[in-house]
Amino acid sequence: MADTARKPNGLTRNLTAKIASVPMIATALVIFIGCTAWTIYHSFTRSRLLPAPDKWVGLDQYERLWNTRRWLVSIENLAIYGICSLILSLVIGFTLAALLDRKIRGENVFRTIFLYPFALSFIVTGLAWQWILNPDFGIQSVVQGWGWESFAFDPLNNREIAIYGILIAGIWQGSGFVMVLMLAGLRGIDEEIWKAARVDGIPTWKTYIFVIIPMMRPVFVTALVIIASGIIKVYDLVVAQTSGGPGIATEVPAKYVIEKMFQSQNLGQGFAASTMMLLSVLVVLIPWAYLEFGGKRRG
Amino acid sequence: MKAIKTLLGCTAICAASAASAADLEVTHWWTSGGEAAAVSEFAKAFNEKTDHNWVDGAIAGSGGTARPIIISRILGGDPMGATQLNHGRQAEELIEAGLLLDLTDVAEAEGWKDIVNPSSLLDACTLDGRIYCAPVNIHSWQWMWLSHQAFADAGQPVPANWDEFVASAPALVEAGKVPLAMGQQPWQSAGAFGVMTIAIAGIDAWREVTVNKNADVAAGPEYAKVFEAAANAREMAADSNVQDWNQATNLVITGKAGAQIMGDWAQGEFQVAGQTAGEDYTCLPGLGVNQLLDTAGDAFYFPKQDDPAIEAAQKELAALLLSPDVQVAFNLKKGSLPIRGDIDLSAANDCMQKGLEILASGNILPSGDMNLSPDTQGQIEDLMVEFWNDPSYSAADAQERYAEIIADAD
Repeated sequence: MADTARKPNGLTRNLTAKIASVPMIATALVIFIGCTAWTIYHSFTRSRLLPAPDKWVGLDQYERLWNTRRWLVSIENLAIYGICSLILSLVIGFTLAALLDRKIRGENVFRTIFLYPFALSFIVTGLAWQWILNPDFGIQSVVQGWGWESFAFDPLNNREIAIYGILIAGIWQGSGFVMVLMLAGLRGIDEEIWKAARVDGIPTWKTYIFVIIPMMRPVFVTALVIIASGIIKVYDLVVAQTSGGPGIATEVPAKYVIEKMFQSQNLGQGFAASTMMLLSVLVVLIPWAYLEFGGKRRG
Repeated sequence: MKAIKTLLGCTAICAASAASAADLEVTHWWTSGGEAAAVSEFAKAFNEKTDHNWVDGAIAGSGGTARPIIISRILGGDPMGATQLNHGRQAEELIEAGLLLDLTDVAEAEGWKDIVNPSSLLDACTLDGRIYCAPVNIHSWQWMWLSHQAFADAGQPVPANWDEFVASAPALVEAGKVPLAMGQQPWQSAGAFGVMTIAIAGIDAWREVTVNKNADVAAGPEYAKVFEAAANAREMAADSNVQDWNQATNLVITGKAGAQIMGDWAQGEFQVAGQTAGEDYTCLPGLGVNQLLDTAGDAFYFPKQDDPAIEAAQKELAALLLSPDVQVAFNLKKGSLPIRGDIDLSAANDCMQKGLEILASGNILPSGDMNLSPDTQGQIEDLMVEFWNDPSYSAADAQERYAEIIADAD
């Protein structure tokens, strides 16, 4: 912090850099902050097909939202999908990366195979898994064809577990990417650490858990943010795989927002729902940002 | 002298029309086989009978996909020449915002008030006494399609009404059939419920709830019977694991399912499968109980444009869509009923004739699209798709929620 003492003028320092970033700052202010404020304001109105800033209704849209079973089911599904997918993709991603990092033969081949699903869009992933999980064409019929007649694996047609069918597809698509991030992190670990651990006679798995993982904190944070943002906006996967069915068993918040805004022609309701989504992101993000950045400054 | 006058007159007309020749982009979501054949009748008539060109702007997917695209184009200042929409309240706000062309002068010149039957179709196009759309066909929801083969396999006579159908359901189950085929898309659940309402609760209760939004009637005993019947139908449909309506229709066509409640567009599927009405399948309007048809349908709207030449072309198209020969050609291909009663449709099949008879006798209803806003319909669809798919959702709970939605409807 020696800079601060002889800083002549905060504004003129690095002037070119500041001028260059003006467009980005303006975009962020107008598009992110401005449009968010506009959306939040209109969520307090009775906007239908067109925004109606003068039809103020207070919290009515929110009251209706939280009395809607479909919204509550959506939130519950997002929680199940979110928690499971967060934990599983981190665990699977890290395990795969650790296995690849053991200097195995054909690492490139495996890395490509594991990463490949990430190159597919959610729509393709959803359709592919819709077929794989279809009882008449997919896994169930194949296994039954092998002679195991009573085998039943039909998650997408069962209300209780349909969301896990979507979870499978989501993890299949996303964990390869987490693996690559983790692998990059593992490659950043100094070889000396491993040598030291070996000299001390610490078992490999213990080295991973107590030494390597704490050292990879930044990688974990990056992976966490990327996975979490993917969870909040999950939409196309559900649309392609189940369209929210059976019944409303696999509805998610983003789908509620889109359908209320464009199919039901009720912008106010859609805005209220999207504001709640924003709020839920902030609830997660603010404590994290405080810990991450606030903590460093104090240190 | 007379010849010269004629010649001059002709030149004048030719010059005038040549000057106003315009390309008119028409957006619609008629993309399945029969639908595309029907809409090409419009295009053909427009290209042949006027100097203008029909530029086809078909949008793949259902109305639910196409409508947002169409509306955002109109709102975004990139209006098409004409567009299909379901008449009713979907375009209400666009009209209020002054984005759609007023067709009142065309309607008066062509005498739409006298020819459009039922007149409610024109009312749905009218806002504050001005007419904004051209209705082109009538589709009705109130049909049940029965498979002769399924009932023959179960050793049962083909039912003539809903009660007989319910009574024969156990025999169908025993014969390994699904009694009621039912797709799982929300609009199908809500539509089938609507049909059952009119058949079971009766027209007065339906009108009180749907038109007057009376929540007390929605919570009352007539509607309780409907919800009980729907809960019963839910059990009959429990084994039909299909998504799309035409897959459900296919179960009926192949005799795997006894019946399906679906609008008259299902008829196209039977035709494509080469089945004959009355021999291979039976259609029961109003579930054989209350023979009433609603009069939903498609209409064309014409977004406002600055160019007077395009506006003239839009008005010509509007007049053409309702002309008798275009109506016959279009509706025979589409399988829907024409919007005017003064034309000859003797080529229509058994089921269409039944529909025409009901239409002529005046047993008609305004459609849900005309009475309920898309928002209310969306809420009802959410409720219905959950109710039809969740056996633990009791009829009484669903009715309570239904009454709440009706109480909040605007």
